[in-house]
Amino acid sequence: MPEYKLKLRRYDPESGQPAYWSEYDVDLDAERSVLQGILTARDDQDGSIGIRCSCRAAICGSCAVRINGKTALACNTAIGEAAEKAGDGNPIVVEPMNNMPVIKDLIVDMDAVHWKKVQRVVPWLLPDGDPPEREYVVPAESMIDITQSMACIQCGACVGACLSMEANPDFIGPAALAKAYRFVGDPRDGQERERLKDLAEDPDGLYTCTHCFACVEVCPKDVAPMNQIMRLRRRATGDFGIKDRNNGYGHEKAFVNLIEKYGTLHEAQLLPRSFGDGSLLKGQTEPGAVKELIENLPTAIRGLKSGKVSPVKALWHHKLPGQENVKRIFDEVHAKEDRLELNLYIVGEGNDEEIGAMAEIAKEDV
Amino acid sequence: MPQHDVLVIGAGLAGQRAALAAAEGGASVGIISKVHPVRSHSNAAQGGINAALNPEDSWESHAFDTVKGSDYLGDQDAIEIMCREAPDEILHLEHLGVTFHRNEQGKLGTRAFGGASAARTYYVADITGQAILHVLYEQLMKYSDQVDRYEEWFTTALVKDESGRIAGAVTRNIRDGSMELFTAKTVILATGGNGQIFNPSTNALICTGDGIAQAYRAGATLMDMEMIQYHPTTLAGIGLLITEGARGEGAHLYNAQGERFMERYAPNKMELASRDVVSRAEQTEINEGRGFPDGTVALDITVVPKQRIHEALREIVMVGRDFAGVDITREPIHIKPGNHYVMGGIKTNVDGETDVPGLYAAGECACVSVHGGNRLGANSLLDTLIFGRRSGAHAARVAKGMSMPTPTREELGRERELLDGIVKRDRTGRRVSEIKAEMGAVMDKHCAVFRDEEGLKVALETVKRLREEAKTVAIDDKGTVFNQDVLGALELQYMLDNAECIVTGAIERKESRGAQFRTDFPERNDEEWIKHINLSAGDDGTPEISYSEVTMTQWEPQERKY
Ligand SMILES: Cc1cc2nc3c(=O)[nH]c(=O)nc-3n(C[C@H](O)[C@H](O)[C@H](O)COP(=O)(O)OP(=O)(O)OC[C@H]3O[C@@H](n4cnc5c(N)ncnc54)[C@H](O)[C@@H]3O)c2cc1C
Ligand code: SF4
Ligand code: SF4
Ligand code: FES
Repeated sequence: MPEYKLKLRRYDPESGQPAYWSEYDVDLDAERSVLQGILTARDDQDGSIGIRCSCRAAICGSCAVRINGKTALACNTAIGEAAEKAGDGNPIVVEPMNNMPVIKDLIVDMDAVHWKKVQRVVPWLLPDGDPPEREYVVPAESMIDITQSMACIQCGACVGACLSMEANPDFIGPAALAKAYRFVGDPRDGQERERLKDLAEDPDGLYTCTHCFACVEVCPKDVAPMNQIMRLRRRATGDFGIKDRNNGYGHEKAFVNLIEKYGTLHEAQLLPRSFGDGSLLKGQTEPGAVKELIENLPTAIRGLKSGKVSPVKALWHHKLPGQENVKRIFDEVHAKEDRLELNLYIVGEGNDEEIGAMAEIAKEDV
Repeated sequence: MPQHDVLVIGAGLAGQRAALAAAEGGASVGIISKVHPVRSHSNAAQGGINAALNPEDSWESHAFDTVKGSDYLGDQDAIEIMCREAPDEILHLEHLGVTFHRNEQGKLGTRAFGGASAARTYYVADITGQAILHVLYEQLMKYSDQVDRYEEWFTTALVKDESGRIAGAVTRNIRDGSMELFTAKTVILATGGNGQIFNPSTNALICTGDGIAQAYRAGATLMDMEMIQYHPTTLAGIGLLITEGARGEGAHLYNAQGERFMERYAPNKMELASRDVVSRAEQTEINEGRGFPDGTVALDITVVPKQRIHEALREIVMVGRDFAGVDITREPIHIKPGNHYVMGGIKTNVDGETDVPGLYAAGECACVSVHGGNRLGANSLLDTLIFGRRSGAHAARVAKGMSMPTPTREELGRERELLDGIVKRDRTGRRVSEIKAEMGAVMDKHCAVFRDEEGLKVALETVKRLREEAKTVAIDDKGTVFNQDVLGALELQYMLDNAECIVTGAIERKESRGAQFRTDFPERNDEEWIKHINLSAGDDGTPEISYSEVTMTQWEPQERKY
């Protein structure tokens, strides 16, 4: 049995001391989990190591931590692989998750962050009127679709990894928004519009996500929270014409239109286009849009100062060489009649999941 | 000092359902759980939940399958109630928002499960338990005015009043280590199973039989504790479960010689015979040298269409990939029988009442008994919900006519001292983990699929010795915040109490019925043994044995053939 070196970040709130590191050597088969490694150390060497765990099978959502810097469940990370990633002779480094206060060792305060945010999205079904005598009759696909969100084990890995949350702790965040989709996408729920309006208008809501993919990458259950956020946005704007407070919809539309046209971002046009729902003309002529644009002038000026937007560039923007290819992608997507609506969840083949996530992005709001 | 009409200990399906029913009955409710409620072990239930909801099916058929599955040890009045109330419970869950699988007409769809004469298992992909648990938790959040949640609080002992009626519980706030005396008019135990006594087990690390031991210590009767289910398809080594849903979807079992050996044991139902039957068949193959060198047989899921596997068995695709390195859509996976479920538990009536006034039990920690000698797949979730609801409703009704009791205060002091003692004790004795490992090994060796008196006696002696050793364990964590170490020492003692009762029951039952197969008494003996074995704590701390009748309503014992 190979020997592995674990380096755990410890914190004892009662000691008055800052966090520190402890190292443990454990003998374990390579396929066993990092959690098993930690528990072996706890069993045989130091019973005071704090970590939440229960199922050992990526089901209960207790054991999310950072392993070699990456957020993951300790119980479904093989110790052999973790050692390989750590690299020659380096210990496997295990730390508590980010974005949540540490209570002790690897245990973070999920209530203060994760569960508070889940509460924020009114996380229970709100049907219209009394239930039917038998079951609600709903399309089979709709249940499969929201079962992807239902598969969330509330482990908080995405919350710990979310970059927008790090920048803005008030952001509702990936797990809670994925939970929101579970209701918005549920045909039995009667408050779809109100839910969407609420989340779109929240300055820290739907449009705070920056598409960084971190949540998709770390989620152990393939919930792909970012995709659920995209779906929420699409329903909000596409189905209900809800405008968001910080104009994320317009911004995105502008973003996409610019890429389609130039293949790269045309920074100088982004703002005016954003406030005109993607159209440059509307952005510069509509009174409301002009007002917003003026209010945002400081941003444009900052852009000028930082050199991001040069006066020359502002007037004349180069197209990307090979722009035809970008255009071709757009044409192909435009040609599709249906937008890709439902989660691929359990319908597709295992390894198509990644592609699913990409397809989502490509088809977003075009 | 928190006070509630109804105090629920445990927040798995049974506990949450009980809390919601009690709140609906107008009670003020507190619900305690040593882990966050959605971490409860109920979320491991992959396969589904049974109900005769389909017009072509009938509750009688469901009930008969359950009676037969129980090897005629289940109480038929309780089984009738469970099966009759099942359809409404499924509809209730559906109305609350559980995302049950639909058929093409958009109505609830089913899958087949072992020991059942019709496809009556309702499911959410293979996350049924999780989906229901999370939806009930949504409701708990919704009704947070009526239900106070104590998440990450650990109950250490039950408390009575002067008259001997239950009056509350001593509980430790894991987060800051403080000990509180909860006062309650009624207490419902819903603390789940005790699989961690065995190693390996499909059960989570928290399944340590706490409530069973606490009730036993408080004077409640335990029943049929010897009935421990070994599930036919668990991964060797770590014990993780491959759901019966796999066989429900058509997967086959093969021995190392490539024979589909179930032909010899259950020619009609094949892989979908009752769990005890399939587990014994596998163990026989393995014992007689027809297994693989790692002591397993093979489960071949590749015969199930790939699309269907991804649609309905996604969770085990992940389990195979992450925990066994096997792509179950392409190759068979090695499995063996492994500890899974305790049919026995705290003896209750059909409203969840135990022998201790004011104390209720529901879910896996209880024994109503609907599972008798062997539980059918997908009947446990049903059990937790039906009897969780009935307990909650009954407890709320009882609490209504009562004033708040006055619990005796000694327990609080005693428990405080006990925990302080463990924390402060210098290390002279063994480590908790050593004792636990020895217990797990001896139970899996002598109290598993095949048992005999000689082995069981070895197990009993070992458990008795370990109980003594457990009294002097020392721990490393001297702190108060999240001191999981000290809770581990308590759990060890609960497990050993459970283990002693399991082995005592197994020695006592001198026949083979359901999950209990005695190689020294290989036949079922209806003449002498259609009776429950009851255990209560004697003065010297050892279990005292008595018997009670099995309630028969309409089904006479027959030979069991699948
Ligand atoms: C892997 C697996 C798969 C299964 N699949 C199925 C299936 O498909 N269909 C089916 O019907 N059944 C299935 N079962 C069985 C079923 O899941 C369980 O029997 C059932 O969920 C038990 O529910 P429960 O509410 O009684 O207990 P649990 O869900 O185990 O909850 C126990 C609760 O008690 C709390 N608790 C325990 N001790 C204390 C304490 N000292 N202080 C405070 N709180 C405490 C815990 O925190 C937890 O909240 C499966 C079981 C396993 C292990
Ligand atoms: S994609 Fe959005 S929600 Fe997900 S981690 Fe990035 S910013 Fe957060
Ligand atoms: S979405 Fe994924 S990562 Fe986030 S809490 Fe749910 S299961 Fe965990
Ligand atoms: S221990 Fe349950 S998710 Fe890791």
